[in-house]
Amino acid sequence: MAYGSKAKEFYQNELKNIATAGLSKEERYIRSPQGADIKVEFPQGAPEMEVINFCANNYLGLSSHPEVIKAAHQGLDNRGYGMSSVRFICGTQDIHRELERKLTEFLKTEDTILFPSCMDANAGVFDVLLDREDAMIADKLVHASIVDGMRLCKAQQYVYKHSNMDHLKEKLKESQENRLRMIITDGVFSMDGDIAKLDTICDLAEKYDAMVLVDDSHSTGFVGKTGRGTHEHCGVIGRIDIITTTLGKALGGASGGCVSGRKEIVDLLRQRARPYLFSNTVPPVIVSAASKVLDIISRTTERRDKLEKNTLYFRKKMTEAGFDIKEGIHPIAPIMLYNAKLSSDIARDLYYEGIYVIGFFFPVVPRGEARIRVQISADHEMTHLNKAIEAFTKIGRKYDILGKNKKEIIEKYGM
Amino acid sequence: MDDVKQIIIDYIRKEFLEDDSDMEINENTSLISSGIVDSFSMVSLKTFLEKKYKIQIPDTKATPEAFDSVKHIMSLLKEYVNI
Repeated sequence: MAYGSKAKEFYQNELKNIATAGLSKEERYIRSPQGADIKVEFPQGAPEMEVINFCANNYLGLSSHPEVIKAAHQGLDNRGYGMSSVRFICGTQDIHRELERKLTEFLKTEDTILFPSCMDANAGVFDVLLDREDAMIADKLVHASIVDGMRLCKAQQYVYKHSNMDHLKEKLKESQENRLRMIITDGVFSMDGDIAKLDTICDLAEKYDAMVLVDDSHSTGFVGKTGRGTHEHCGVIGRIDIITTTLGKALGGASGGCVSGRKEIVDLLRQRARPYLFSNTVPPVIVSAASKVLDIISRTTERRDKLEKNTLYFRKKMTEAGFDIKEGIHPIAPIMLYNAKLSSDIARDLYYEGIYVIGFFFPVVPRGEARIRVQISADHEMTHLNKAIEAFTKIGRKYDILGKNKKEIIEKYGM
Repeated sequence: MDDVKQIIIDYIRKEFLEDDSDMEINENTSLISSGIVDSFSMVSLKTFLEKKYKIQIPDTKATPEAFDSVKHIMSLLKEYVNI
């Protein structure tokens, strides 16, 4: 047996180190469809609890929408369960191309290519488009999947401080000698919910002759007046060369992702992107449901508008209650607690109040920046929001953090 | 040698700390475990050193341990350049 005691002990030790550092991740079993009200078994074996979900990426509340479920059934009935193939052999159905066309139209780009996930899109895009003599200039806080994709690419890496446009300008000047250059950013940064300064980024890109790639996973479907994404919000539709995004969040939340942008870029990815070439096609059931999601959000902005209203209400009431919230307009509302233990203690207490949220701390966020990341959904009704605000206020009072700023919370609980 | 140390500290301060940060950095400050330098920015630091001193640091040598303090970075540099 090749899996001897040496390997076993090594992995056991790694697991022990993760546990000792308090970084073990534990899954909670959800015994209902995704939605505002869910049934959860936590800890494992404990009685099922009904809680309100405030940590899903189900921004538009479409994960279990009747029309979407119906479309998924139709996809299953009409096009089958699996394709047993990658796209270019025998894995492309008419509905795959139809979904790509709908995404192109919705995002207002030139063409789109589907990937099994946005993680795959980000893993595959850089290596195809850039080589050793080129440069990638990325915001320091881009998503882990972009970091991984950049690692797979031979182009020179430059990193600019988070949303610091002067620093980006410096990096553009430093990389002037490189052949092709690409500015890389998230549209919305997933931990803070802040929006990239795409208008300035596009101006700089044009001035210094660089392309722009935006991962809009936390935006597509609801950011911007008609929900097209951060390019709509920032008034730069048509100026972003590459958008990567996911079907796994607002757009139904199952899985799948895409790269949407300049025609030649999409064509080249279809020829060379490894996760596209060597990974199975997105299953028909997901394609069919995602296509319906695009019909729904193209037909009306009702859900996006409700999400905006919910977000503004929650942020306003929580600020009034005395919580320290990172300012913004995004449904990611980071409740800042700074201390890692405090964030997990409060999340645990909230769970027993019927509010499902998670504490985030180092290494997911910088040390001393622990927080609870609340995510608002269009599925939330006023009763859900008010219950959460009441529960947060009760627990906030218990830990005596209401009305306290960063310095005061750190003085009380440490970093 | 002190010059090199200062060059590295200045680079870290300029590239990785926010403009209003009052964090002290000396040769023993833990860079990786404190989160000042992550695996992403470590690549920039490595590229900076390679360009500045016209050397090639193999990826196998560019470990988080080797970049965890200015002192460790100096030790690594000494293998490739006379400082």
